[in-house]
Amino acid sequence: MSERIPEAEATSPVIGSVPRSGRAVAWDRRRASAAGVWRGLRNDRLAMVGLVVLVLFALLAFAAPWLSDESSLSAANTGDNPIWAPPSWEFLFGTDHLGHSVAAQFLWGSRISLFVGLMATLLQIGIGSLIGLTAGFFGGWVDSVLMRLTDWFLVVPFLPLAIVLAAVLERGLWTIILVIGITSWPSTARLLRAQVLTVRQRLYVDRARSLGAGRLHLMRRHILPNVTPLILASTTLAVPISILTETTLSFLGLGDPTSTSWGGMLNSAKDNSAISGGRWWAYMPPGLGIVFVVLAVTLFGRALEEILDPRLRQR
Amino acid sequence: MSEASPAAADVVVSLTNVQVQFGGGSVRAVDTVSLDVGRGEVVALVGESGCGKTTLIRAIIGLEPLAHGSIAVEGSTVGGGRRLRALRRRVQMIFQDPSGALNPRHSIYEAVAEGLRIHKVKGHEPTLVAEALAAAGLRPPDRYLRRFPHELSGGQRQRVIIAAAMALQPALLLADEPVASLDASIRGEILALMRSFVDSRGVSIIAVTHDLGLAWNIADRVAVMYLGRIVEVGPTEEVLRSPKHPYTQALLSVVPEIEGMAQQILVGETPDPSRIPSGCRFHPRCPVVASGEADRLGFGDRCRGVDLELEPEVAAHRVACHAVAR
Repeated sequence: MSERIPEAEATSPVIGSVPRSGRAVAWDRRRASAAGVWRGLRNDRLAMVGLVVLVLFALLAFAAPWLSDESSLSAANTGDNPIWAPPSWEFLFGTDHLGHSVAAQFLWGSRISLFVGLMATLLQIGIGSLIGLTAGFFGGWVDSVLMRLTDWFLVVPFLPLAIVLAAVLERGLWTIILVIGITSWPSTARLLRAQVLTVRQRLYVDRARSLGAGRLHLMRRHILPNVTPLILASTTLAVPISILTETTLSFLGLGDPTSTSWGGMLNSAKDNSAISGGRWWAYMPPGLGIVFVVLAVTLFGRALEEILDPRLRQR
Repeated sequence: MSEASPAAADVVVSLTNVQVQFGGGSVRAVDTVSLDVGRGEVVALVGESGCGKTTLIRAIIGLEPLAHGSIAVEGSTVGGGRRLRALRRRVQMIFQDPSGALNPRHSIYEAVAEGLRIHKVKGHEPTLVAEALAAAGLRPPDRYLRRFPHELSGGQRQRVIIAAAMALQPALLLADEPVASLDASIRGEILALMRSFVDSRGVSIIAVTHDLGLAWNIADRVAVMYLGRIVEVGPTEEVLRSPKHPYTQALLSVVPEIEGMAQQILVGETPDPSRIPSGCRFHPRCPVVASGEADRLGFGDRCRGVDLELEPEVAAHRVACHAVAR
């Protein structure tokens, strides 16, 4: 056999060489499984396209301060600019009704959209995972109470609830994140609860219990490792939805008035009749930006889900 | 109530009036079972599917809660409330489906080390794991350590599970249909392996099986279960050569290898633990009752009306049957 055994030490002839420690074996396994995931992604052309597009947008957002001065977004500094100027070398995407550079807004807006999308997703997955895991693992009345709560959030129509929350809470970036987070966790909770219930029925959980495992051990060694891929996959798939939701809320005028996001740009383009006036450069960049980012994350997320979700994989 | 058995001096596990219920008490899957198993003894628990034999061993290891009765392992009671982990270590279990019983994400090393870690067994873990695999016939162990369950054959997986169980030095090994899902060609090897642990380490085994041939091959004693109760128990030779209970006789009569017995196909409804018949629970299907012989000899009413347990301990071979007790 040609398996690589790092720092093996020879012992008795009966048992041959043994690994240095259990930890070394576990690390080898993790490295191998991470390599396997990467290999799967590499073989998926669409996933790689998504990843490249995503990295490009992330780099743009990251490099915004070097590519464009944030002060150019302030109304005080645009007095000399022409309004509704079509794209030119000076203003790559033209200017809007106040003479702001659309390109600068696009650049800075990508930061807000990506940031809100990411943070709202983390919040939503965090709440959803916690509730789903707790409900599935403990069962009984804990499960009943948590699932009724989940059902309640699931049946309340999303947009009205989000609008009410956004209106009641103080306007701001974190309000938007909070609103998206607390309105979209129930599907994650349901998904994880179902997976925990499935894993709990597995014979290997019975075997672990018969070996003497307690609850903590079962959770750490059997249930969590089996739901983590699912959490990861649903995270990537929740990002585009969060970005779209942020866009929706900003477009409806519920966003943070002090910062520019892609949704906010669309809102202002609509309010200032850029669409009816044929000023396509005001709404095409943010619109296409959203489409590309959402598409990219979705392509990547689908591929990741296919690799990680045990239910989609035949192994 | 605890009944002594042949090796009363050194009893590894002692079941006293064990009852396991499902569905809030509407189903008594195991109904008042008492059984002692001595050190180094192999007991086969036989019966048709649904008779409660698997539930019984799951109860012994704590996977099913007891409704009544108690279980003592090496003299200490484990039934009821909190189980002591040290005591749990003395009883281990192997499963019918070795593929499902191994976490597909864990390497063979981790599957075997799991129990060692749970019980914080002292020693160099990799060496203990390698020794356990070697003892279970997976040699050389370093060929298997980094593999995953799906890379092994069914027989090898069962060896891994046996290795993980035996690594904890149990006094009692519970085996739930240990070879039922394996190819016929490797069944013998796995049974021989289990038997070798009895001889070399003095472990006791309770093996659940519906295969009387398996019982014949490895068991010292056979206990026959019907609808959650042991209806006949005794040394393998005696029970299989001269069965007393009509149910055991019916079971044996359909084994093709056994000649000289008229085939008895049991009629009547299949047993349902949620509706246990009154009287002797076997009477609706009992050929002795159905043929009218019981009534002719004057104990038919007792069969239909009086519930009974195994006869008290006088001989090693005991039966729960009005026709025999008469």
